Amino acid sequence: MSDSQKKPNDIDYQSKGSVLNPLKSISFFARKPVTEPLEPRVAAERYRGFHVNDWEKCVGCSTCQKVCDNAAITMIKVPSQKEDPLNGIRNLRPAIDYGRCCWCALCVDLCPTGSISLSREYVHTCYDEQLDSYFLLPDPNGMHKQDFGIGWHKTDENDMIDHHRQKMPEKPPQSRTDNFDEIVDGYDKQQAIIEASRCVQCGMCHDACPTHMHAPEYIRAIWQHDLEKAVRQIYRTNPFSHTCGRVCTHRCETACSIGKRGEPIAIRWLKRYAMDALGDDQVRKLVAKDHAETSTGKRIAIIGSGPAGLTAAFDLAKAGHKVTVYEGLDKPGGMPRYGIPYYRLPADRLDADIDVIRDAGVEIICNTWIGKDITLDKLHKKNDAVLLALGLQLGRSTRIPGSENSNVFKAVDLLRQIANGEKIKVPESAAIIGGGNVAMDIARSLARLQKQEFGTVNITVTAMESFDHFLADAEEVKEAQEEGIVILPSRGPQECLIEKNKVVGLKTWAVLSIFDEKGRFAPHFDESNELCHDCEMIVEAIGQMTDVELLGENLIEKLEWQRGRLQVDEHCRTSQEWLWAAGDMVKGPDVVHAVADGHIVANSMNQYLNSLKTGKKLHG
Amino acid sequence: MRPENYEPKQHPPSTEYELNFGPNHPGIEGNYALKVKLHGDTVVEARADAGYLHRGFEKLMEQRLWIQNIALVPRICVPDPSPMEVAYSMAVEQLCGLDVPERAQWLRVMQLEMSRITAHLFYFGGHAATTGMYTPMFWGVADRDLVLDLFEELTGGRVYCIYNMPGGVRRDVPEGFLQRLGKLLDYLETRLPEYDNLFFSNHVLVKRARDTGTMTQKQALEWAVTGPNLRATGLDFDVRRDDPYLVYDQLDFDIPVEQGGDALSRTLVRRNEMQQSIRILRQIIKRLPEIKGPIRAPIPNPLAWNVPAGDTYVRLESSKGELSWYVVSNGGQKPYRVHVRGPSAMHAVQVLENLAKGCRVEDVAQIMFSLDACPPEVDR
Repeated sequence: MSDSQKKPNDIDYQSKGSVLNPLKSISFFARKPVTEPLEPRVAAERYRGFHVNDWEKCVGCSTCQKVCDNAAITMIKVPSQKEDPLNGIRNLRPAIDYGRCCWCALCVDLCPTGSISLSREYVHTCYDEQLDSYFLLPDPNGMHKQDFGIGWHKTDENDMIDHHRQKMPEKPPQSRTDNFDEIVDGYDKQQAIIEASRCVQCGMCHDACPTHMHAPEYIRAIWQHDLEKAVRQIYRTNPFSHTCGRVCTHRCETACSIGKRGEPIAIRWLKRYAMDALGDDQVRKLVAKDHAETSTGKRIAIIGSGPAGLTAAFDLAKAGHKVTVYEGLDKPGGMPRYGIPYYRLPADRLDADIDVIRDAGVEIICNTWIGKDITLDKLHKKNDAVLLALGLQLGRSTRIPGSENSNVFKAVDLLRQIANGEKIKVPESAAIIGGGNVAMDIARSLARLQKQEFGTVNITVTAMESFDHFLADAEEVKEAQEEGIVILPSRGPQECLIEKNKVVGLKTWAVLSIFDEKGRFAPHFDESNELCHDCEMIVEAIGQMTDVELLGENLIEKLEWQRGRLQVDEHCRTSQEWLWAAGDMVKGPDVVHAVADGHIVANSMNQYLNSLKTGKKLHG
Repeated sequence: MRPENYEPKQHPPSTEYELNFGPNHPGIEGNYALKVKLHGDTVVEARADAGYLHRGFEKLMEQRLWIQNIALVPRICVPDPSPMEVAYSMAVEQLCGLDVPERAQWLRVMQLEMSRITAHLFYFGGHAATTGMYTPMFWGVADRDLVLDLFEELTGGRVYCIYNMPGGVRRDVPEGFLQRLGKLLDYLETRLPEYDNLFFSNHVLVKRARDTGTMTQKQALEWAVTGPNLRATGLDFDVRRDDPYLVYDQLDFDIPVEQGGDALSRTLVRRNEMQQSIRILRQIIKRLPEIKGPIRAPIPNPLAWNVPAGDTYVRLESSKGELSWYVVSNGGQKPYRVHVRGPSAMHAVQVLENLAKGCRVEDVAQIMFSLDACPPEVDR
């Protein structure tokens, strides 16, 4: 280390120097002055100058506002911009107060979409009366509409958003195909806290959710590991949280700002974690604090114990009304119990949700078919108001030749039998018509039964849609394929091949297009591309409809219908003063939409019932 | 009070008078005042009057998220802001148990040494101005700007770099940066003899600064003097070498020491430190391309970040002396308490008050500047 032992080059400040020293200065005539020339200088490539914001990319999530350490950012409504809550886009855009901004560029580093950047522009002056020009709304053109180029912008290096969600532990395909055990294990505490910490609290999820769940609040509570707070927030809007924590269509995650460039926050799994981790008894105790203390003396009958009916029942019971729910089948729950296989939603989790609802004072009467065991008229006479929450329990048929055969089943019927524990004749091979989640449910349920019975899976799903426009969730498709199910996209069913009154196969043609120019269903097929899928059983999973016979001919006449669906207004009121309808039967199949509908209808019924007390008529 | 009742207080006859020195004196980098009692030209007593730049940083930091403070801390010391952000980041990293990637550590040392050069160039210009020489001031500030140009390229900001972040640094070096830094170092090296000619061996300085504001090593240690001011009294101590942080233990450099303890020695120590910083930067230019890897350890979402409860003490060598941070977390999203032990507070108050005693009034500004005390950092 000879270098380190070297003494620094000390200067000789003692020497007096030569009298000629001043002559050295002559050399400075040949040099430029050190002072900077007065020319405009271009800023460096990553200079942190005034903001520019790409309005096409910006979704108005206001994360920049939250991280701004000087509160320099205000979100301003720009009406010309798109407002699309379902896709997580607001027409808010950040406006910067340059009297406060310190150009630290944290807004850039934390922006979930990467829309905001700092430019290389750094000069702005104004007269006294234009002082408000320091408060402005950055757009893609920069402060003075001059193109100075982008300076500090988002790169992989400075991006502070974590794009990767915590991996959900789940059973591998080989150990899940022969049983109906739940596939997904759920997050543990650490995973849940890490996942919750990714949230930037923009609230896009709240806006997109049909029932407007307070997701930012409960995610924050999970991050703080205050599970009671989380569950309280969850129960503000959703009494089916065990169910929704497993099978929700999670619009929230579609809207999530983090999902614009990375994987969205696993909001559904976080809800499930909060509910599971707190424990059923704790949840019941917690929710019981909100129960009604007095009774209004009003009676309500609800037909159907699915999510819509029970959510409305829960709300109305909390308002102090006497609620009775009638269910035709053995157990309450509706489609979540009889339509969703147990490997996605175990029955005991649904029971836990329903127990909480029962605690609120809701009476559920099972094995009672309205129209058979008790008439609607009688219900109307006994109760102040009646809610129809019938759901969609009849499978639609393709009506192709051969579909009337006894070995051609409807998916909903089969799912109901499997869930009910009824013994069904398991086919050695089956073909499913349809490409939605119900088709996946029945295909995967049958696959499990086949595995139990024969040890192999032989199921073909034929869907009219191509994989690009597939109706079922991508993860459902992926898991189904992992379980050995063959999924054929763009195949249109033509005929159920029958020999000796037995199904022997399904004939399909390739689909060229499904809809015409006007968007109507008018499929075109390539007849030359014909396939025959050998199978013993065909299952149609192409949609459901409501069985409305219980209403009776008189009432069906009186009510308004549109294309087979009961018409209701935005408060779920029918044309009959005492009758409401909600859930899948009026809005289409989806659990969380049904829950949202349940709240709407409960609110409307509550208003009506309260108006009865004062003798005031709200609607007619 | 009626005029006939007015009896003015009788002062004992005195030859002393009081002079308000500052707060807007050009001899110091910011607003700072001395109340000086004079007997003729000689200072009898000096009292420091700080507080003109108090912005309450330590309290402000308790109200901001851990990440938001990185934009705040450089402002504590205007002429040498980089050590502040490095020290704060290091403190948070220690609380979180974050391992900083090696490349980030090298980049931090590069930033710190570049910052040391800017601070010393600024300093020597200022010291020259207090001795009546204004050309060195222009030279110093103009050459400092060349380093700031490189800061702008590297960090996007010229003075307040805001380049660090708990976990590492925000951006890697841009294309061709190290070559440009090398060229600048060549230039600065050719400038050093010119500075010597112009200032450091100039007899205007030597005659005025020698034996002005002298303190002994014992006094210096009693008054909590650190950094170049301490080394000017003959004590060979530097945190970079004696309690190494970042990657200083892998670097080869000398600690310049002078024996005089006066204003001249302090200036010479700083002049030689510039040379050592250039030497360190040359080693970084050579080593940095070999060091691969990330520049930042992953940190949680800054909006949901609880730093584990605990307290930590971080110290490093800034251009002005030993800079230490004491940071306490109660496990929340914001610091519970932050204390900055800036070197300037000691230098500008107790040391300056003592050194000014007995000197001539025209030397007060020079002593103030030769201690390189930074009022924004005194007040915080």
